[in-house]
Amino acid sequence: MKNKIEQLINNNKIFLFMKGTPEEPQCGFSFHVIQILRNLDVEYGYFNVLSDDMMREAVKEYANWPTYPQLWVDGNLVGGCDIVMQLFEQGKLKEMLL
Amino acid sequence: MSNADLVKRKIEHGLSGCTVIVHDPRRDDVHLKAEVHWEGFKGMTLIEQHRAVYATLKEELKETLHALGIETHEK
Repeated sequence: MKNKIEQLINNNKIFLFMKGTPEEPQCGFSFHVIQILRNLDVEYGYFNVLSDDMMREAVKEYANWPTYPQLWVDGNLVGGCDIVMQLFEQGKLKEMLL
Repeated sequence: MSNADLVKRKIEHGLSGCTVIVHDPRRDDVHLKAEVHWEGFKGMTLIEQHRAVYATLKEELKETLHALGIETHEK
């Protein structure tokens, strides 16, 4: 699991572990983050943790972060919905993503 | 005890000297938002601040709480 996770977060500058898919987010918090990424018009990879319970638990452990969505940039965890929204509102998120 | 009270108590117990206000915007005792004021956040990155709060709620987060919003302030 670990190397699968690392492959995902290292092969994509921006990577989102979410519930559902960008077209059909299955939770409000994931939806908010998708909206922000669309607003910033950036390329990103994603993984639907609802599709794989093993990954769903493994990523929480790997990240030492108990909830979803999780936004990763350059292989580092940026945060969940709260932090992403806070950074976005402060205008800091854009710099991190470009 | 409501989730809101439990969250408040647990965080205040875990981060000594902090002040916690738990908001329940949808009044469903599930989609809560914990506003945490704590000197100890100084010098921590945003992620570390939120992790510190999550760390005080380990068990709760497994069962009842999946929709906890967090807002941290250094004072």
